[in-house]
Amino acid sequence: MNYREAKEHIEGLLNQGIRLDGRKLTEYRKPIKVEPGFIETAEGSARVIIGETEVIVGVKMAVEEPYPDTPDQGNLMVGAELTPLSNPEFESGPPGIQAIELARVIDRGIRESKMIDSKKLCIKKGEKVWAVMIDISPINDAGNLFDAGALGAIAALKSTRFPEYDGEKVNYKKHTNKKLPLNKIPISVTVHKIGEHLIIDPLTEEENVSDARLTVVVRDDGKICALQKGGSMPLSSEELDSMLKLGAEKSKELRKFIE
Amino acid sequence: MGKLLVKEKEVVVPGEDLAEGMDLLPGEGCYRDENKIVAARLGLVKVGGRLIKLIPLSGKYLPKKNDVIIGKITEITLMGWRVDTNSAYPAMLSLRDATSEYIAKGANLSQYYAIGDYIVAKITNVTSQNLVDLTTKGPGLHKLKGGRIISVQPTKVPRIIGKAGSMVNMIKKATNSKIIVGQNGLVWIQAEPKMELIAVEAIRMIEKYAHVEGLTDKVKEFLDKAIKGGR
Amino acid sequence: MSYKRKDRALDEPRAIEAKVGVIKRADGSAMFKIGKTTAYAAVYGPRNIYPRFLADPTKGILRASYAMMPFAGVGERVRPGPNRRSREIALVTEQALLPVLDLSEFPNSVIDVIVELPQTDAGTRCAGICAAAMALADAGLTMKDLVAAVAVGCIDGTPIVDLSKEEEDYEGEVADIPIAVLPRSGKISLLQLDGEIDKENLMKAIEMGKKVCRKIYQIQKAALKKKYEVTK
Repeated sequence: MNYREAKEHIEGLLNQGIRLDGRKLTEYRKPIKVEPGFIETAEGSARVIIGETEVIVGVKMAVEEPYPDTPDQGNLMVGAELTPLSNPEFESGPPGIQAIELARVIDRGIRESKMIDSKKLCIKKGEKVWAVMIDISPINDAGNLFDAGALGAIAALKSTRFPEYDGEKVNYKKHTNKKLPLNKIPISVTVHKIGEHLIIDPLTEEENVSDARLTVVVRDDGKICALQKGGSMPLSSEELDSMLKLGAEKSKELRKFIE
Repeated sequence: MGKLLVKEKEVVVPGEDLAEGMDLLPGEGCYRDENKIVAARLGLVKVGGRLIKLIPLSGKYLPKKNDVIIGKITEITLMGWRVDTNSAYPAMLSLRDATSEYIAKGANLSQYYAIGDYIVAKITNVTSQNLVDLTTKGPGLHKLKGGRIISVQPTKVPRIIGKAGSMVNMIKKATNSKIIVGQNGLVWIQAEPKMELIAVEAIRMIEKYAHVEGLTDKVKEFLDKAIKGGR
Repeated sequence: MSYKRKDRALDEPRAIEAKVGVIKRADGSAMFKIGKTTAYAAVYGPRNIYPRFLADPTKGILRASYAMMPFAGVGERVRPGPNRRSREIALVTEQALLPVLDLSEFPNSVIDVIVELPQTDAGTRCAGICAAAMALADAGLTMKDLVAAVAVGCIDGTPIVDLSKEEEDYEGEVADIPIAVLPRSGKISLLQLDGEIDKENLMKAIEMGKKVCRKIYQIQKAALKKKYEVTK
């Protein structure tokens, strides 16, 4: 029952078309719950539950100087706090590589999908723009933080309302009715390869023995807008094709939860 | 005469008054505060004559001599193996206690037990500082191959095993599986995939309903239904 | 001249909600919400302690941490990671909880209590202590009592309980006094004070707080029982 045996066992189940928890290979856990506006102190927020995995995502806004290379666009930042609350293997302290990858993959999906019309976040070119800061905080990590976090980020952005701003100061105590300028909503699906099998929505035990994973971010117009391949095994073109297909197909199921 | 303030089998929480009267005695998990008997942990009330005690419902495993546990090899040293016991205290399995075979000096110890391997072992000694010694010499003590390990509340282990093994034997028979229940809350299960899932579900059910009346019948009913349903 | 509240009595806490077993991976866990202030607590342990030199050969060690999630405050994003405030709160949290715990069964081990708040509106350390006490009980540790905590205070010479952020920031004379109480004995295991108050009002406020802590204890108790009472 070392790593090899744990993997053999999981593969043995997959050969018969079932998972450790009795699910089919391309089935999500139940329940899936998305609760926008979960946090009142944030400008936008959501709680996402997928099976036993639970994350809270919050959006804070601020008025900042734009980056020099995008003087007429708003700033976007995504952070992930993988603290020992949700998983005893996470360590306190500065974000580790796992947290950094998670945040960057979610960041990429949001940025590259162009879901936020960032020019509309410009207040005064080269001087003042709105910054949108998204933070992912897991409550219980039972696997698949990538997709739970990404779904939470999208739902949180959709629930975001601008705070009042008088040209000088942001009044966080008062939120306006103004929403973020959003379109082309991206959905993230991470497909894992274990042996010859492709699965989605992995449990922690399955993540531990995964050969490769591919996070596929698909927009509502069907375009792929971000990818991240992880894991130590390479992928063939055929495998890539199947993974992309599966990701696109499964994104439709998740999309229903944020509409 | 003393007076009981809670019911038998009631769930009580730390600091809760359980009984009044100097003739009653605080047992395990309880303490006396003036004329009252008070809960010192979360537990289930059990009254035996004048003694009031609590059956724990949660809590980490604490290594005890003669317990048979399932441990995981975490380190190989010159003296033997370090083993995670699913508790706050790692154990040592010395060369002498690992096998009756002769182990030559400088032998590759991972051919016996490699890092990550799970073993069924017996606790031979626990010191006051909770240093734990194990043996894998003896009937039923060995390395585990294949199957899966699940973790259950160590406090529920006696219910999972049942009287003289009746509960676990019922599951083994119904699902045609091999099951080993470690006192430390790790359970090893090996069976055909679908039967393995049913066995896991049955164990989870016992864990959840450990202290409910008619548990055996409930589990039996579940097993009959699940197996007939061809799940 | 005396201070008045619109929405509740001066000795009345905000709405309270508690739930046990909210983090499946943890050995014990709980959520405690008072008004908008929401605290999650996870307990991991007793477990092997690293680094080894921290170990105590006579008993287990309690190690608390406290953090606000970055979006937990009205106002600018809170930078994640420990700071002087969070470390001090972690320290007083440990001290508030230790008097009820008997860790002698677990020498050389550590019990980690991780408190995080996704949403805050004053009273965060007290909410954290309430959640942590439930999580420790859920983890099955030996405890002679729970711990209940609430902030009391005084505004313009009027003692009150459970200050909101708005009240903390009140323009006049304000004192903010987080306290933790061992419900059985009524003894105090956390006491801090920020602001200005005379001794008479301080003692009055503490007595009001003790009463509220008894109510909180009942809520904690009910939440713990709810997790473990399986009827069918």
